[in-house]
Amino acid sequence: MNGFCAVFKRELKGYFSTPVAYVFLVIFLFFAGYLPFRDGFFEMRQADLTLFFKALPLLFIFMVPAAAMRLWAEERKTGSIELLLTLPITIPQAVLGKFFAAWAFLTIAQLLTFPLPATVAYLGSPDPGLIAAGYLGAFLMAGGFLAIGSFFSALTKNQVISFILSVAACGILIYAGMPSTLEYLSASVSPALGKIMEALSFQARFDAIQRGVIAARDLAYFLILIAAWIYASTLVLEERKAN
Amino acid sequence: MIEVQGLTRRFGPITAVDGISFSARKGDVLGFLGPNGAGKSTAMKILACFLAADSGTAKICGNDILQDPLAVRRSIGYLAENAPAYPEMTVAGFLRFVCDARRIKGAARVDALDRIIPLCSIDSVYHQTIDTLSKGYKRRLGLAQALIHDPQVLILDEPTDGLDPNQKHEVRRLIQQMAKEKCIIVSTHILEEVELVCNRTIIISRGRILADSTPSRLQQDYQGTLEEVFRKITVGKKSA
Repeated sequence: MNGFCAVFKRELKGYFSTPVAYVFLVIFLFFAGYLPFRDGFFEMRQADLTLFFKALPLLFIFMVPAAAMRLWAEERKTGSIELLLTLPITIPQAVLGKFFAAWAFLTIAQLLTFPLPATVAYLGSPDPGLIAAGYLGAFLMAGGFLAIGSFFSALTKNQVISFILSVAACGILIYAGMPSTLEYLSASVSPALGKIMEALSFQARFDAIQRGVIAARDLAYFLILIAAWIYASTLVLEERKAN
Repeated sequence: MIEVQGLTRRFGPITAVDGISFSARKGDVLGFLGPNGAGKSTAMKILACFLAADSGTAKICGNDILQDPLAVRRSIGYLAENAPAYPEMTVAGFLRFVCDARRIKGAARVDALDRIIPLCSIDSVYHQTIDTLSKGYKRRLGLAQALIHDPQVLILDEPTDGLDPNQKHEVRRLIQQMAKEKCIIVSTHILEEVELVCNRTIIISRGRILADSTPSRLQQDYQGTLEEVFRKITVGKKSA
């Protein structure tokens, strides 16, 4: 537990002791505000955050891998992994410490979008349950993308490669579930493949949660996905830490 | 304190460490000598439980490196080659992190820091970011990190590499100071260092131990300076 806490504290502080956190937050918050307004946030005349939550997956495809790419790639490049893993810290403790620190950082980023719900609440009377569900969905999706990013960061010493691979993997998981992709797959390949892709995709789960339907299987989907990618990260690190 | 038995590690077709065995007691300062790529660092990484051995094992302070790597890591101080650290952290923040990881808290932490900061002469850079430190200070910070929990066993991989003569002298003085109370393994390819600080020398080449003796015995046996002994042992074997 000590190892986990030490790594978690160091990592979370690490974001704020470099310009990384500030650059990330400014860009993230700019687009989190810009995208809903581009789609007509006020013109909709609806007191909800549907447009904001709709824009998030696209934003996360780029921003979450950007936050995750340094997790392990940097440690391996600078050699500090040798320091980290010769302290009394196990690999699972280190992987989880880093993962939860990055997740906490992304949660801070999401909480800083509070002016959007505040605006909606000021102008109308939105359903607070729906907004909370939307944020829960966003929180879980960030965790899922982060676990994928952590895996690809553990896979390579090069942060650019780690970023591109994570973007591709996250993009596939989102776009596989888009209605246009699913229709194409069902019509031209096989309906079964369309079903499988829909079941594997983030999009349908995220849509369901942000509509306010919090089903156990959707939560389980995200938790299993996170656990599986995190476990894979520990295996890859064990294998490659010294390369 | 250290018992190494038949340690072997391969990287693909290359055998980096080939069945080495030795033991060391409290008070020993053991110099690991060998040409570049001889397997010194690999052996030290295995002892520090960073790399796994393909076969063989070792016991450090009674704990097996395969069965209880965490206990081993708790009981040793390890300075890796090039003294890696986190460049964006301050010296103070970095030492706090190491204390967190090693469960040094409260009064014990204050004592540990009070002891280690003057010992490694890092007081003047205590609030600086590691990025801005010179090589000498980085190395001393690495030593501070390795010594903060006052370990019984110290494993130092080229602790004086890249330092200026004064800094080298400082580090050697530090090692000599601690020698009586601890068991220290130092790798180096600076031969005068071995004569100055070590009471035992192990010469490794191509992953095998070619000599295990005291520096003075080696000089007597091979009738020459340590440099000549080193050349005779390592080059002689290569051409054979």
